Amino acid sequence: MNIQAMANEIPSEGEHSIEGIDFITSGDQYLTFTLSHEQYAVDILCVEEIRSWERPTIIPNSPTYIQGVINMRGVIVPIIDLRLKFSIGEASYTETTVVIVLTYQDDVASRTMGFVVDAVSDVLNVESEEIKPAPQFGGCVPPQYIEGLINAEANVVTLLNVANLQLLEKDDNHA
Amino acid sequence: MTVDLSQFIPSFLEESFEGLELMESGLLNLQEGDSELIHSIFRAAHSIKGGAGTFGFENVTDFTHLVETLLDEMRDGRREITSEDTEILLESVDCIRLLIEAARDGEEYDNEKIEQTSKRLTATLDGKNHSKEACDNTEEVVKSPNDLEYLIHFVPELSLAKTGNDPIFLFTALAELGVLTIEADSSSLPALNDIDPLELYLSWQLKLISSASIDDIKEIFEWVEDECELDIIIVDADNLASSSTVQDLEQSSNEQVKEVKETQGVEVSSNSETSNQSEVTKESNAGIKPKAKSDVGSIRVGVDKVDSLINLVGELVITQSMLSELGSDFDMSKVDRLTNGLEQLLQNTKELQESVMRIRMLPISFAFNRFPRLVHDLANKTGKDMELVIKGEQTELDKTVMEQIGDPLVHLIRNAVDHGIESSEVRLANGKPKQGVISLDAYHQGGNIVIEISDDGGGIDRENVFSKAVEKGLVDANATLTDSQVFDLLFEPGFSTAAEVTDISGRGVGMDVVKRNIQALGGRIQVDSTPGEGSTFKVNLPLTLAILDGQLVKVGTETYIIPLISIVESLQIEKEYLNRVSGDMDLYRLRDDNVPILPIYQLFNINSQCTDLDNALLVVVESDGQKVGLMVDDLLAQQQVVIKSLKDNYQQVLGISGATILGDGSVAMILDIPGMIQMALEKAQRIQLKKYPNHTDKVGEYI
Repeated sequence: MNIQAMANEIPSEGEHSIEGIDFITSGDQYLTFTLSHEQYAVDILCVEEIRSWERPTIIPNSPTYIQGVINMRGVIVPIIDLRLKFSIGEASYTETTVVIVLTYQDDVASRTMGFVVDAVSDVLNVESEEIKPAPQFGGCVPPQYIEGLINAEANVVTLLNVANLQLLEKDDNHA
Repeated sequence: MTVDLSQFIPSFLEESFEGLELMESGLLNLQEGDSELIHSIFRAAHSIKGGAGTFGFENVTDFTHLVETLLDEMRDGRREITSEDTEILLESVDCIRLLIEAARDGEEYDNEKIEQTSKRLTATLDGKNHSKEACDNTEEVVKSPNDLEYLIHFVPELSLAKTGNDPIFLFTALAELGVLTIEADSSSLPALNDIDPLELYLSWQLKLISSASIDDIKEIFEWVEDECELDIIIVDADNLASSSTVQDLEQSSNEQVKEVKETQGVEVSSNSETSNQSEVTKESNAGIKPKAKSDVGSIRVGVDKVDSLINLVGELVITQSMLSELGSDFDMSKVDRLTNGLEQLLQNTKELQESVMRIRMLPISFAFNRFPRLVHDLANKTGKDMELVIKGEQTELDKTVMEQIGDPLVHLIRNAVDHGIESSEVRLANGKPKQGVISLDAYHQGGNIVIEISDDGGGIDRENVFSKAVEKGLVDANATLTDSQVFDLLFEPGFSTAAEVTDISGRGVGMDVVKRNIQALGGRIQVDSTPGEGSTFKVNLPLTLAILDGQLVKVGTETYIIPLISIVESLQIEKEYLNRVSGDMDLYRLRDDNVPILPIYQLFNINSQCTDLDNALLVVVESDGQKVGLMVDDLLAQQQVVIKSLKDNYQQVLGISGATILGDGSVAMILDIPGMIQMALEKAQRIQLKKYPNHTDKVGEYI
C-alpha cells in the first residue's frame, strides 16, 4: 500500500493507527501537567524537553519563584517554579517533580526557560474552537498568563500563554 | 539557467569594502613611477565597478567609472601623479564607500558631496586629457610594412562565458599583436525578457593588421576553440600595403581606435540591459536588505589555522577511542593508562580551545589600517606636519575587541594630533624636527594586548590640567596629586584643556567615553607624559572576551568566580587590623589602606556558615581605584572559564557579569566587581535613608 493510498484512508478527525503507526490528523497538541491538583497545558511545539528536577545555581537577589539557572548542554537556562509564581500548592521537590523546558521564539529572539511543575500528565489534541475564554473572576493566576480553558473529559485544563510566561516582571525583581 | 544574484550581494559588499581599504592605503603611499601600486588600486576600483554593475548599483558603477578612468590614465603614464589628484581620488574613495553603504542599507546619501566630487573628477579628466593623447596615437601607428591583414570571424557558443572565458581577454591579446578592428554582431540578441545574463549572444568580426603568423593568432583562441566557430582568413597583404600610405594608416588607426571604443559601447549597453534586469531583482530584494544591518559578521581565516584545528580534532578522536576502549573492560590494573589518557585528553582540549580562539583572532592591522588616512586628513586640516609610524600591526586580537576598540583609538589619535603635536614653527623654535611623529604600537604582554599611542609633541601641561580641574570643581585646590592622578583627570566627563574648541577635538566629550569604552572591554588606560617630549597613552586590553582567568570561591553552597584581573590579593583576616567605624562599617587595615569589607553572603542574600569576620578569608579586589574586600567562605582553584551570558534567556543581574559551566556540569556565577560595589553603595544608601531620611546628599562618599 503506498503512502498516498494510506493517507486517503485516514478519516479527517481523531487519532488513528494504521499498521502500528500513530497518525494525528487534526487539531493542535498540548502538553498537560499538574500544579497541586489543577491541570494546566502549554503548546507542545514550545516544549524543548522535559527533565527531572535538579538543584539549580542560585541567582543572587532574584524573586523567590526564580529558582536559579541550570546548564542544559552548554546553555544557561533559568528555572522558574510555577507553583511559587502562581501561589498554588506547596513547592515540594519529589521524584515526580519535573522541569518543562519551553522555548518561545518571536521575530527578535528566542528564549529558553525551565518551569518546575508537580508532574507531567498527557498530550491533548484540541481544535482551536474548543479553547474557551477564561472567566474574568480570576484565581491566583494573573489573567495575562491564561490563553483559555480546555474541557478534557471531566476536567478543565488551563491553557497557559508561553510568551507571557517568559516575560520577566521588573516590579517583583527585588526579593 | 537563472541565478538569484542577491545571494552574492553580501560578499560583493565585503569585497568592495576591502577593495576600498586597499585603494585608500594605496593612494596614501602613491608615488610617481610605482606602477605596481597604481595597478592594484586600479584593479580594486575595477572590480568594484564590475560588481556594482552586476548587482545593479548604477550610481556606484557610474561614479567608479570616472575614478577608474583617472586611474587608467595614471596607469598608462598619460597623467602625472599629483597630490591634488590623489586628494580627489581619496575623496572619491569616501564617496564610493558612501554610495555602497547607501546601497546596502537602502538609504539616502549625501548627493551633493557625490556630485561635487564627480564634477571635480570630470574637470580633472577634461583638463589634462588631450595633451598626451595625440602622441599616443603616433606611437601606435609606427609599424613595419610587412604586416598581414587577417579577417577573423568569431562566433562563440552561448555558454562560452560560463566556462570562465571572456572575449575581451582574447581581443586584448589580439590587440597586442597588432592593430585590431572589432565589429560586434548583436543580431542574435534575444528580446530583453528572454535574456539569460550568463550567456553570450554576440559574435564578432575582427580585422587584425599584424606581423604575427596565423599560428600565433590560433594560439590565442586555443582555450576556446572547442566552444566557438572560428575562421581566420589572410587578406592579400600586398594589396593593403600598396593602397595605403603611412598617412592613411594613421588615419585608419584613429578610426580603429574609435571603433574599438564603439564596440566597448556595445558591451556596456548590453551590460546595462542586464543591469536593468537585475534592477528588478534589486527591488524584489528590498525586503531582504535591512538584514544586512543586523550585521552577523564573518571572518576570513587562514588555511593554516583551520588545518591545525583539523589536526587537533584528529588527535582528540584518537584519544577518545583509546579512552572508550579502556572503559569497555576496565580494572584497577589499568589505572595508569587511564590517567595517561586523561592527561592526553586535557592536553588536546587545551590546544583545541586555543586553536578555536585563534580563529577569532585577527591582526590588529584591521583596526590600524584606517589611521594613516585619518592622520593624513587631520594633518591637512590642521596644517601641521606629521607622520604616523605603525608598529606591531601583526599582533593578534579578538575580533569583538577589535571592533570596539576602533572608535576609542580614533579619539586618542585625534587628540594626539590636535593637542599633542605642535605647529611646525613651535617645533623648530624648540629645537625639534619640523615633522611631528605619532606612533602607534601594539604588543602582547602577559594575557593582555597593549596598544600605545604616543606623540613627540609638547606633552601634557600638568599645571594647566590641575588648574582646569580646580576650576571645574573636580578637585580641591589644595590637594596634592601625583602625576598619574593629575593625568587621570583628563578622563573626567566634561574635561577639556584645549584653549579653543576645534572641530577635531576639544569639546571635552570623548576622553571619558574613551575610558568607559575601554573599561567596558575589561581594559585599562594609562597616560604618561613628559613636558616638551610628548605623551603616551597606553591601552591595556584582554585578548579575548570569551574566556577569563578566574578564582573560584565558595560562599555557602554556591561557587562564585572572581576575575583574576581585578584581584589585588587574598588574605586571612587578623583581628588586630579589623576596625569598626562610622557606624557598623567594617574596615580592614591593609598596609596604609583601609579596605571596606563586603560579605558576599549579605550582598547576595544567601545562607552561609562563615559569618564571623574573625579569621575569615578576604579577597581584596580593585575597581576604578576603589579597593574592597570580599568575604568568602573558602578559596578554591584558579582556572580559565568560558563566559556565558545570562541575558540570552534571562536578564542582566546586578553584581553578576555572566555565568560559566564548571567541570562537573554545574553553573557558577562570575562576579562583576564594579557592579557589586554599586550594589553595596545602594544598600548603604537605603539603610541611611531609613535612619536619616533628611540628609541623604553625600552618602555616596562613605564607600
